[in-house]
Amino acid sequence: MSRARVLETCDEAVAGIQHGSTVLVGGFGFAGMPFDLIDALIRQGAADLTVVSNNAGNGDVGLAALLKAGRVRKVVCSFPRQADSHVFDELYRAGKIELELVPQGNLAERLRAAGAGIGAFYCPTGVGTPLAEGKETRTIDGRDHVLEYPIRGDYALICAHRADPMGNLVYRKTARNFGPVMATAAGTTIVQVGEVVALGEISPEAVVTPSIHVDRIVAVEVRRHTVQGAR
Amino acid sequence: MSILTPTGAGAAEHLGRGPLTADELAAVIARDIPEGAYVNLGIGRPTRIADHLPEDCGVVLHTENGMLHMGPAAQGAQVDPDLTNAGKVPVTELPGAAYFHQADSFAMMRGGHLDVCVLGAFQVSTTGDLANWHTGRSDDIPAVGGAMDLAVGAKAVYVMMSLFTKEGEAKLVPSCTYPLTGVRCVGRVYTDHAAFDITPEGARIRETWGSTQADLIARLAAAAAPRG
Repeated sequence: MSRARVLETCDEAVAGIQHGSTVLVGGFGFAGMPFDLIDALIRQGAADLTVVSNNAGNGDVGLAALLKAGRVRKVVCSFPRQADSHVFDELYRAGKIELELVPQGNLAERLRAAGAGIGAFYCPTGVGTPLAEGKETRTIDGRDHVLEYPIRGDYALICAHRADPMGNLVYRKTARNFGPVMATAAGTTIVQVGEVVALGEISPEAVVTPSIHVDRIVAVEVRRHTVQGAR
Repeated sequence: MSILTPTGAGAAEHLGRGPLTADELAAVIARDIPEGAYVNLGIGRPTRIADHLPEDCGVVLHTENGMLHMGPAAQGAQVDPDLTNAGKVPVTELPGAAYFHQADSFAMMRGGHLDVCVLGAFQVSTTGDLANWHTGRSDDIPAVGGAMDLAVGAKAVYVMMSLFTKEGEAKLVPSCTYPLTGVRCVGRVYTDHAAFDITPEGARIRETWGSTQADLIARLAAAAAPRG
């Protein structure tokens, strides 16, 4: 099965996500956060999840709500600690959640590598820092590099601006962030969009994520939040 | 401690003003950013540099969450939750702006296309090592974001920080005691008391504010580095 399906509800869209899955969650703070899919995932009940996302939740909604519901075993992210990351902070300090901290660019490139079939790559980021400890290194053109492996998800939950019925996606402003790379890096990519438009309404020149990467689409009323206490 | 005085004509000693406020320091850094440069300003204090860039300087701001030619902070009806800077503050776009995904954003950084980045720091060593992501304390939750990628990626890495901690310890140190963000990556350090170029021989004073070079060197020598 390769063609994307347009579904009626978020609950249908997240059906079948098993306990213990690795779930890639799009968004940078609240921009691009798939709030409605996450709410559906909380209702669906999958637990013991590994979540890969840039942050570890803001406020009490979206990813923070999933954490608060106790469904997440491990977070792989670049920037957990923020002014409003109290849900994660409490779980982490209580030893109830595991953290793998990854530099933001490595997070993006490791996802990209997964989606692009790259076995691993050498990258200068993090050389000589605690985040490169224990990793294989190599000097290339006189510069030290660290070997980094792909991050692949069982599922990706992302938010895009518009989809067509084929599953071609366009995003909006900086809400694009991790969506396009996560869409390529998961076994099943689930997308919430503001609207599904008729075939042909998205110019082929403007498509950001081509349909081949998209499995399930659901249109939801756009709900946006602004991070409180942002710096 | 290898703090060097300038060769030749020497550094400017501005004895009539200083130490600089964060905004005054932001204005100094803005003055030193080349016209037309592609620049990333780190979250926190470096963000203020944008307010001091002349309108006709042609500088293009990169924000690592996926945009080039970011405009000023959004006001009132301009606020759009889909348009933020790396600190998650709502911002605006300027004519000629472009959006891109995270892998592209960090590729343009790592690939050596970004002219300057300005980052905050807990400590910088006189050899250019940077520590700005983790205090190393066991109760501290670390957060790195794009700092390590910027440190190795931008053509020029500037640091904007206070020269001393509130406790009076020097933040420009012979060797960082905090966990490193990057090794030998900093090119220039801007502080409230002085600006320094990191050279193969050590940190060379460019300018001082509020004290002579000799006084500054003496004060740095007297200030112990903080314990990690």
